[in-house]
Amino acid sequence: MTAETIIQSLASGLLMGLLYGLIAVGLSLIFGLMNIVNFAHGEFLMLAMYAAFFLFAFFAVDPLLAMPFVAAAMFIFGAAVYLLIVRFAMRAKTNVGMVQIFATFGLAIVLRGLAQYFFTPDYRSITHSWLGGKTISILGIYLPVPQLVGAGLSILAFGALYFFIKRTDFGRALEATREDAGAVALVGIDQNRVFALGWGLGSALVGLAGAIMASFFYIYPDVGASFALIAYVVVALGGFGSVFGAFAGGILVGLVEATTALVMPPSLKAVGIYAVYLLVVFIRPRGLFGSI
Amino acid sequence: MLSAHDLTTAYEGLVAISGVSIEVAKGEVVCVAGANGAGKSTLLKTIAGAERPRSGTVTFDGQRIDGMAQHLITARGIAYVPENRRLFPSLTVHDNLRLGSYLYRRDAGRDEPLELVFKLFPRLSERLEQLAGTLSGGEQQMLAIGRALMTRPRLLMLDEPSQGIMPKLVDEIFQAVLEIRKTGLTVLIVEQRMAEVLEIADRAYILQTGRVLMQGPAADIRTNPDVRKAYLGL
Repeated sequence: MTAETIIQSLASGLLMGLLYGLIAVGLSLIFGLMNIVNFAHGEFLMLAMYAAFFLFAFFAVDPLLAMPFVAAAMFIFGAAVYLLIVRFAMRAKTNVGMVQIFATFGLAIVLRGLAQYFFTPDYRSITHSWLGGKTISILGIYLPVPQLVGAGLSILAFGALYFFIKRTDFGRALEATREDAGAVALVGIDQNRVFALGWGLGSALVGLAGAIMASFFYIYPDVGASFALIAYVVVALGGFGSVFGAFAGGILVGLVEATTALVMPPSLKAVGIYAVYLLVVFIRPRGLFGSI
Repeated sequence: MLSAHDLTTAYEGLVAISGVSIEVAKGEVVCVAGANGAGKSTLLKTIAGAERPRSGTVTFDGQRIDGMAQHLITARGIAYVPENRRLFPSLTVHDNLRLGSYLYRRDAGRDEPLELVFKLFPRLSERLEQLAGTLSGGEQQMLAIGRALMTRPRLLMLDEPSQGIMPKLVDEIFQAVLEIRKTGLTVLIVEQRMAEVLEIADRAYILQTGRVLMQGPAADIRTNPDVRKAYLGL
């Protein structure tokens, strides 16, 4: 193993990690806002990938161009999921936690089933996009362009999200709602509206990630499952509810995954991630940047 | 301005107030006093829309507001400062105040009430960047009132503003209520410290086990022999 191979894999790990962060941040945002884990998060990613795929297949829209449309569609979808399903699940009088878990878990199964029926279980891919298949070499390190652009967009999205939360009135309303949802009515804010917009925002972010990933990943009904698992680890590592935690957790998972792949057989690739995860859970259960 | 008529509110079958009617006219300071558990807080919660009445009506400026969502009642001009204040503890003092003017976020003059808030509570202006959760009890109460004033209410409802506060600051809060009243704002205040609150109120209601026991001008209630004996310990 040369220094070059190590740097090469760390670089790929970093790029992938930035995308993991972007996939996970919506999950973390929604959890932080209302203490609900969206078990259909992976299926949201799957839908976004299909959206990008169909825009490409039917209208020849490049995934890069499709991104804002996919994100907007996912925003509406996420808000609708809150308004039509989660809102009612929250009204449960008994076993509230379980009702919420199974509401989104059921949604995941339904979405996957619908995807298998309507989109068929075939593996799809976007065969020729602007970025697809290109690599660039920096100082002898080869980097695939789609991942590189995806990583850059992820950094941009995190920057924009940070600015949005810290500097805008709606961001402040979001923070206030996550602190004490029952108190925002005292200043005239409708908590339901904030929840719906929070679901919209979280889903738009995973939509962005899906559109990026569609250009270099196979698209199939179960594609969300493995990424969702990684997203849960990212969120647990970074700290549930923390936006910065998702960013850092994503990078960490990407790097650990790449390092594991260097020293272990490919089939054990995931072992490293979960080992680190277990370690963090034992030593610091609230995650690296979690405040709870 | 505010008229609650025959209000009955119950929690899980337990009646907290029963057939309570109160009137508040524009510019008045009205206090609702009574012992612990008399239903004072429930009355404010019901008016604010945090609880739904089982029966009865609440009218504000001639329009029914009972059963309306709480945030809409706030938007109509009733600011409610609950007993436990419900600040946003990990946000700064400044952010808490800015949230108070959320409804006016598109107005250039959204921060206008800040002047009054800082005049009433100068210490808030010194602690703008401090997290609300790190303030003392008295300062938190000031911030809660300040945040409520930022919503530009026409009626300010305070629930036990003296609770958990050093005696020196209690005076400061009551003085602030008098100052607020001078700006033309109407105040409905719930208090257990009857002697002090009767000093600053125009009229008073005394609740006992969920019903109105007595009502009238604060001066009359203060000198009423039964009240002096039962509540003021004189």
